[in-house]
Amino acid sequence: MPVQYISGFTVVFEVLSRFWPVWIALVIVMGASFAYKKKLALYGQLFDSGVGIVGVGICLFWLFTAIFAATISPFDPLAQIPIMKDVLPGAVEPQSGLTYLFGGDKLARDVFSRMVYGSQIVLIIAPAATGFALMVGITLGLPAGYYGGKIDTVLSFLANLVLAFPVILLFYLLVTPGIMDTPIPYGMAGVFFLFPIIFFSVLFWTRYKNRPDRLYILLGITLILGGWIYLGLVFDKDPLHIVHIDPNQLNIFVAVVFASSPGVFRIVRGLVMDIKTRDYVAAAQTRGESPWYIMLWEILPNARGPLIVDACLRIGYTTILLGTLGYFGLGLAPESPDWGTAIKDASRLLRSFIHPALPPTIALMSFVLGLNLLADSLREQSMKD
Amino acid sequence: MLSFVIRRLGTMALTMLCLTMVVFFLINLEPNLKKLAISQTEMHTSAEQLESWLVNHGYRQNFFVRYGQWLGVLPKQPVTDPATGKPAQRFSFCNDPLVPTFAGVFQGDFGCSTKFKATVASKLFPALGATGILMFWVLAVMVPISLLIGILAGMREGSRTDRVLSVASIASTATPEYVSGVIFTVIFASWLGWLNGSAASASQGITFYNFTLPVMTLAIYGIGYIARMTRASMVEVMTQQYIRTARLKGLSFGSVVVKHALRNALIAPFTVIMLQFPWLLTGVVIVEVMFRYQGFGYTLVEAAGNNDIDLLLGCSLVSVFIVLITQLISDVGYAFLNPRIRVQ
Repeated sequence: MPVQYISGFTVVFEVLSRFWPVWIALVIVMGASFAYKKKLALYGQLFDSGVGIVGVGICLFWLFTAIFAATISPFDPLAQIPIMKDVLPGAVEPQSGLTYLFGGDKLARDVFSRMVYGSQIVLIIAPAATGFALMVGITLGLPAGYYGGKIDTVLSFLANLVLAFPVILLFYLLVTPGIMDTPIPYGMAGVFFLFPIIFFSVLFWTRYKNRPDRLYILLGITLILGGWIYLGLVFDKDPLHIVHIDPNQLNIFVAVVFASSPGVFRIVRGLVMDIKTRDYVAAAQTRGESPWYIMLWEILPNARGPLIVDACLRIGYTTILLGTLGYFGLGLAPESPDWGTAIKDASRLLRSFIHPALPPTIALMSFVLGLNLLADSLREQSMKD
Repeated sequence: MLSFVIRRLGTMALTMLCLTMVVFFLINLEPNLKKLAISQTEMHTSAEQLESWLVNHGYRQNFFVRYGQWLGVLPKQPVTDPATGKPAQRFSFCNDPLVPTFAGVFQGDFGCSTKFKATVASKLFPALGATGILMFWVLAVMVPISLLIGILAGMREGSRTDRVLSVASIASTATPEYVSGVIFTVIFASWLGWLNGSAASASQGITFYNFTLPVMTLAIYGIGYIARMTRASMVEVMTQQYIRTARLKGLSFGSVVVKHALRNALIAPFTVIMLQFPWLLTGVVIVEVMFRYQGFGYTLVEAAGNNDIDLLLGCSLVSVFIVLITQLISDVGYAFLNPRIRVQ
């Protein structure tokens, strides 16, 4: 039975209509942000420039795509329907009557559904890994910049050591199937995931040490919540079986955090060295505040502008790194729908079929572009103040 | 200045020592050795035979002894043939000596590639040469274009040209090599048919037809970044007092840009271009794999994929060296270009 095709115009229309939950969510969020932009501080100021609006729009688009992936995609991203092998965009699947909007790949899977589900992987790992890298970088960068001296020399040397590693070599060494048999990824995860717990404990301790009523509640929440997630992520021993991560995803996660935290460290260190000469830091020192109080409650809030910009750029860069990992077939499962793996599979067959290659490339590019535009307009807005 | 360079060289040597040790450790993890033994022996070998292969080829010696041998501070021992009890060569295809000798990196001996059945030097250096040619063309395309874009955008901050060029540079930094490579191949090779989607034939001779796509792909990711740095530097220079003075003297805008602004604005991009090399290294790996160009990146992937210990160590040594030496050049060059900076 030959496969039926629908016309190009109908394909475009169908694609746009499949994204309906995204459009509704986008209209609500963008409309609300626009209406209350005066009250939304830095986020609201983004809506003053065209670049900012486009950046926010693209990022939100992919965020909602990831959230509503199950509703948007017509097929299971891993399902193979043999008749649909290598079909061109717009082919109708005879059984269900649904369309392979962007065609089928060489394993007869729906390219459109895979692209939509791919966004989930990227939007979970990239921001989370960036968050952990920020925690590690801030916790180590603050003392290095504030105290200087030996602690700075040692930490900077270690950071430069990691930065001197070409990223690709690092990944080939750290993200191999063999390394899962050794305790290395778990050891590294154990160290990295400790940093957020330390960070928040010290944060609350320095602020509320004279107000035990608040302190015990906040510390308790941090330790219980942090410890619970820690158990689940590092040892996979969550008593409630909610927090769980695949060993190979943990491996990727750790490698990405390892590769990007020295960059954060360097930025934080530079910012702290600049800010610690200000008058309000001297005032706090005269008041007799503890060094960690000054670092966390006087210096860090004043370094937030450049850090937010850097975080946006870094999420984009992490997305590119994840794509690189997928492109070299490192870490992620071979049938995983993430964009990098999809680009790898499709780029081998470019001579015969080009349609499976384009959706993931354009998806990855547009998401990173959105983040970069967002970062650029954030930088511009924060420089105005 | 001299003591600064010497101190930096010392740190560099220490960094390289630490990094090679880490790489050595990671490559020689138990699962990796197992994989190597399996790929180097016949099919269906028993666990004991795998183990004896590893012992016979010297992989079971103490970690630090082997690292010392690789460095060349400890003598490499020939292995003993279990059948005859006489000393034998570890790998016959590399012509290993039969008496203990110092043959490590310090002596210029990079070891033996198990994948290609040849010495590492005979594989690595031709590959580096091929990548050198690629890098030359990439820099020849990337640097002038990005500087031009940056200067045009930064010349009049906030103008329409500035905004268009800035968005274009942001878009180019959002396009990693594996994305632009696919898009360019689709447009220029599959659709228009102007260029060749594979650079495999470039090893015999470089032509416009087979070499443009890799160069374009590699250049595009760096262009945006350098252009943005140049623009920022140019914008800063254009607000300086001496530019206003020159303008008020009645000089034309063009001559102020070329004669007064340009030289001062190009100091910062120099550092950025030098620091771009480590990034290019990752790009080189992607592009060489994508376009099947047999250079350094291709060798690195082959070595890593086949657990070729000595070859991968050689590759890491080269790449770490490139990263560190470019950092040094950028620091020294910066001080040299900008006399106001004095290094202590």
